[in-house]
Amino acid sequence: MAQMNMIEAIRSALDIVMDKDPNVVVLGEDVGYFGGVFRCTDGLQRKYGEHRVIDAPIAEGGIIGAAIGMGLNGLRPVAEIQFADYIYPGFDQVVSELARIRYRSSGEFFSPVTIRTPCGGGIRGGQTHSQSPEAIFAHVSGIRTVMPSNPYDAKGLLIASIESDDPVVFFEPKRIYNGPFDGDPDKPAVGWTSHPKGDVPEGHYTVPLGKAEIARQGSELTIITYGTLVHVAIAAAAATGVDAEVVDVRSISPLDVDTLAESVRKTGRCIVAHEATRFGGYGAELAARIQKECFWHLEAPIGRIAGWDTPYPHAFEWQYFPGKKRMMAGIRSMMEIE
Amino acid sequence: MATKKSRLHIPRPTARPGDQPDFRYLDLAEAGSVDKPSISARTRDIEYLSSGLVRILDDEHHAVGPWNPDLDPAKLQVALRWMLLNRHFDKRMWQIQRQGRISFYMEAKGEEAVSIGAAMALRSGDMCFPSYRNQGLFMYRGVKLVDMMCQCLSNTRDMCKGRQLPIMYHSKSGNVFSISGNLATQYPHAVGWAMASAIKGEDHIAASWLGDGSTAEADFHHALTFAAVYQAPVILNVVNNQWAISTFQGTAGGERRPFAARGLGLGIPGIRVDGNDLLAVYAVTLWAADRARRGGGPTLIENVTYRGGAHSTSDDPSKYRPKDEWAAFPLGDPIERLKQHLIVEGHWSEKKHEALEEELRAEVHAAWKEAQQYGTMTEGPFLDPATMFDDVYAELPHHLESQRRRMLEVESGNGNGGNS
Repeated sequence: MAQMNMIEAIRSALDIVMDKDPNVVVLGEDVGYFGGVFRCTDGLQRKYGEHRVIDAPIAEGGIIGAAIGMGLNGLRPVAEIQFADYIYPGFDQVVSELARIRYRSSGEFFSPVTIRTPCGGGIRGGQTHSQSPEAIFAHVSGIRTVMPSNPYDAKGLLIASIESDDPVVFFEPKRIYNGPFDGDPDKPAVGWTSHPKGDVPEGHYTVPLGKAEIARQGSELTIITYGTLVHVAIAAAAATGVDAEVVDVRSISPLDVDTLAESVRKTGRCIVAHEATRFGGYGAELAARIQKECFWHLEAPIGRIAGWDTPYPHAFEWQYFPGKKRMMAGIRSMMEIE
Repeated sequence: MATKKSRLHIPRPTARPGDQPDFRYLDLAEAGSVDKPSISARTRDIEYLSSGLVRILDDEHHAVGPWNPDLDPAKLQVALRWMLLNRHFDKRMWQIQRQGRISFYMEAKGEEAVSIGAAMALRSGDMCFPSYRNQGLFMYRGVKLVDMMCQCLSNTRDMCKGRQLPIMYHSKSGNVFSISGNLATQYPHAVGWAMASAIKGEDHIAASWLGDGSTAEADFHHALTFAAVYQAPVILNVVNNQWAISTFQGTAGGERRPFAARGLGLGIPGIRVDGNDLLAVYAVTLWAADRARRGGGPTLIENVTYRGGAHSTSDDPSKYRPKDEWAAFPLGDPIERLKQHLIVEGHWSEKKHEALEEELRAEVHAAWKEAQQYGTMTEGPFLDPATMFDDVYAELPHHLESQRRRMLEVESGNGNGGNS
């Protein structure tokens, strides 16, 4: 075991799969010589060479399109899109191509591309460096959508994603790259060193795709969330004194409904929470599934906590971000429903 | 000429329905007039290839000039056979669509040399990333007519298991990628595939095709950039058939400079070739393939041709272009030109040609008869709808397993499959 932050865990995952499988290649903007703007690929080009860690032109559609072609020719590409906010020029290649090549060719062709991309707010990134577009990808059949909330899961899920023959869009909540964030921007930042999930095996291991995890045990309320908000939910639950269970979805699609439903059947109350905008959001899918699976166990309508339905504002980041205060208010009002 | 104020230029074709066809806008060149450079030539020294027009068959049907590949007549007879098969297959499938027996079809009429000429010049290990009018590639790479027909029928032998529109074939064993239906998306795939070939140290190359209209897509530019940056061993073909449904090639930006010149700014050599001259298509493809295989990087080839038919069975070109425009196209019909060449050289005759046409008609007829045995749109056997949930992921996930169960329950009149 070693202490790793999320960046180190992701780098370790890449290092291990590249060492194990010569067909794994990494490409993206600034990933090579420089090692990535968030340092996730630091040192990999020196170790594996310029043919396997490739600095790409600034063309996300080209990066994803070329990665698909590489995957069709036996490689296992890991494409980095520098910010999830930049992924849209490559959207057609993901939706119309990557997601459907296996299907439309009856399994004859497939391309096992993993797209890594930092997402989410809380870093003063404004509306072009803070978005959480996971719902848009979760809506597309044929790709897996994943978002870890800690270093241990980040490494295990990333190895599983790269080794999977399915294409994966792997979202990395950049606010928690260096440490868990409880949603209170006025508190000093903490690192991963004191967090149990900062203990990361140095070798190869996987965290299974398609499996949620209970991040905090509780009996009165279930908060279903993922990414940065897992830590916000845990902190808010502790602060309110409500014995809330926090479920970390981890694999957004395909979704592990059973773990979610089991928790809600136990607690009888449910809040779904994400940073992304609410309308038509992923929380609506979670709420619909929970309502169907747990209707006779529910003691209150399912609550939703999400980003406001506006672009992500620079100056009002902490009014926008569904932080500890909003989460606590949501928990309290949920518990007041008779 | 400079005007006194800015003015929106609306590109207009030279002829609309009722007008005399007018192809004066096409820059032509005499057969044999374009020099053939070494495959190691620098791009800056061969820019003339992008503005000229490589032609080998002259007006008297002789093969002339430095690009003449001196192909064996037997090989040319085979090429003629493939092009004719493509034509007859298309003709029959078009009729079949008109009879309502398939939902959709697209023919390659007038563009057969683009696929067959290139296919002959490539090696079997080279990977093709086709557009929707490249059915000739599939035929040449060994896909049986009956399998192509079964795909169009979405029947029990459909290679796509009923998931794709007719003509969206694929062939893993033939190294031809799955046709998407979205335009230009295959271009960056070809470049990525070629990059992987170079990364792995193999000498296979990739080739892709798209239309003049699709050059406006971002994927075209992404592909060219990546191909140039990494010197990927890839051949990027623009099939300039003058029409993108109803918009002529000027609407895609072809009025001032040829599409072959699109790569020059990136240092990619461009070759403008007579796409209706099978020999010329073969020769330039072979040149570009040799160059790519020996580390010379990508080549952009503009195949100048004409879309002899409608865009698809859903289209009516009489609404936007003169009916007789193809007959006036100065580069003629690729099949007729190769046929006349072989006749002039004493390797073919009208009689042999008629016999071949009869043979191919019978081949297509027999294939259609066989294809229907695997099911039609109205008569079984039918594909099992349960298979629609397969191949979305490598393994069937729980939610699809459950949706499949519910679908089958509803189809069999049981359960509450809709309520989930």
